[in-house]
Amino acid sequence: MFIPHTDAERKEMLTALGLKNLNELFSDVPDKYRFPELNMPKGMTEMEAREFIEGFADANVTTHDYICFLGAGAYDHYIPAAIDSILRQGEFFTAYTPYQPEISQGTLQVIFEFQSLICNLTSLDIANASHYDGATATAEACITAYAHFREKRKKIILSGALNPQYREVVHTYLSGIDGIEIITDEEGQQSLPDPEKIIDVVDENTAIVVLQYPDFFGRIIDFTQIINDAHQKGALVCLAVNPIALGMLKTPGEMGADIAVGEGQPLGIPLSYGGPYLGFLAARKELVRKLSGRLVGETVDGNGKRGYVLTLTAREQHIRREKATSNICTNQGLIALAATVYMSLLGKNGMQQVSNLCYQNAHYAAKKIAAVPGFEVLTPEPFFHEIMVHCPTSIEHINHHLLNEGILGGYPLENDYPALRDCMLLAFTEKTTKETIDLLCEVLEESHHE
Amino acid sequence: MSTPKDLKFSETDEWIKVKGNTALIGISDFAQNQLSDIVYIEFELDVDDDFDKEETIATIESVKAAADIHAPVSGTVLEINEALIDNPETLNEDPYGSWLFKISIDDPSEVDTLMDGETYDRFCEDRGN
Repeated sequence: MFIPHTDAERKEMLTALGLKNLNELFSDVPDKYRFPELNMPKGMTEMEAREFIEGFADANVTTHDYICFLGAGAYDHYIPAAIDSILRQGEFFTAYTPYQPEISQGTLQVIFEFQSLICNLTSLDIANASHYDGATATAEACITAYAHFREKRKKIILSGALNPQYREVVHTYLSGIDGIEIITDEEGQQSLPDPEKIIDVVDENTAIVVLQYPDFFGRIIDFTQIINDAHQKGALVCLAVNPIALGMLKTPGEMGADIAVGEGQPLGIPLSYGGPYLGFLAARKELVRKLSGRLVGETVDGNGKRGYVLTLTAREQHIRREKATSNICTNQGLIALAATVYMSLLGKNGMQQVSNLCYQNAHYAAKKIAAVPGFEVLTPEPFFHEIMVHCPTSIEHINHHLLNEGILGGYPLENDYPALRDCMLLAFTEKTTKETIDLLCEVLEESHHE
Repeated sequence: MSTPKDLKFSETDEWIKVKGNTALIGISDFAQNQLSDIVYIEFELDVDDDFDKEETIATIESVKAAADIHAPVSGTVLEINEALIDNPETLNEDPYGSWLFKISIDDPSEVDTLMDGETYDRFCEDRGN
């Protein structure tokens, strides 16, 4: 261990404190706690330690070894090798958030391109530099709406078909704001929340309505009418979207949404046991002053050359000081870069293709699963790449059985929706094949008969 | 820029121009100068809203900072100068010609507690040193 102080310096400090030795500094800690005997194994060489630790790593089950049908907000997509190779360039990899942004032109350009791609994907005017994940982006959308109405509209309505974890994070983020009311329409009341019903609770005190698209159960719902109805009451509408689905679906902008947020993980980010992920947030330009985080813009320098700047940080501390309302003074720079590279590599056609493959695979799977005795597909058409399946036995039993066959099973819905007993969500991506779906159905059938 | 004689000033650099029971409110030359280029103004009140003395009634953002504008007296909003939303730079160009709110005053005696132009000039000088 390197300790910078010399013995002479230590003696000087002890003298200044009126102490004889270092131990006297710790006299308040009872003797028996000072140097407790630790139950530690003997030291290892580097080679031994590596083998030991890798033994733990080998015990992990990953989506490289297992077939994955688990989704519910994070999805097992193929990640092109080029992403990692670009990410690991030292100039990008070591950079955190640009505190002196204008000297980090490469980073700013990436953020600018990320914003532009998100705008294209959502058909909205502006996008910020990113958030931690889809859930925190959703919470920021709610705060944006609350600020937009100058805190006069106090009600925030979250759809029952919005990811339960997102709803939890919104509650956490907003828990410090007095007088705000967060409600969820008919959560767990019936098997599938009726999307039209949400309008009944929208009133003149509603700041924002948050819907999910495709919703948590995989349903594709054209929200145009609902958004229009909410606007009649003066409320804003935010859609929490799956970016891959936007490759083929009508966009939030086309449906009239004011804000779109989402989880960027499907855009070339590994599952990684839950993070780091990537939140994105796009909005109509009227809301730009209330947006959280930062916006990068393109401009020209004194010589007329193209350059990038931090155009707006309207809610951040260095502008708003003690009145800052955004917790985000950073952005998921490296993860946003990964998503930017992913979208650029695939291009418009590639995004459409991935989207379409997910859709087709899920529809093939739904047909096959519905034919397995005892299993029922409850998500109605049209759906995207995830379906709710009612099972003849407990999800725990089925998932255990699937795991034994090298398959990561579905997301059990009962914890979040008590009415949905023995129901699970199964997700399908472009990585899914006919063979893996057929295998899934075989194992499901066996699990039932066991 | 010479400080107009017919205005009263708050310690937070707002001016008020009283005419009978109504008044105009704006920000001082010192304030606009400290803020530098003003790029955005947001009114925190609507017409007919009541407000108390010292309440935040608007926010002004410049390339350097964001500042709250406080009510120099208590009153009710009669009119908002919405032209400033599209041209906030007029606050820099003509601070005493650019009013933010036209108001009715609750208690005229509150105006008497404010500084006159000469006192305000000295107040600014002291802060400048």
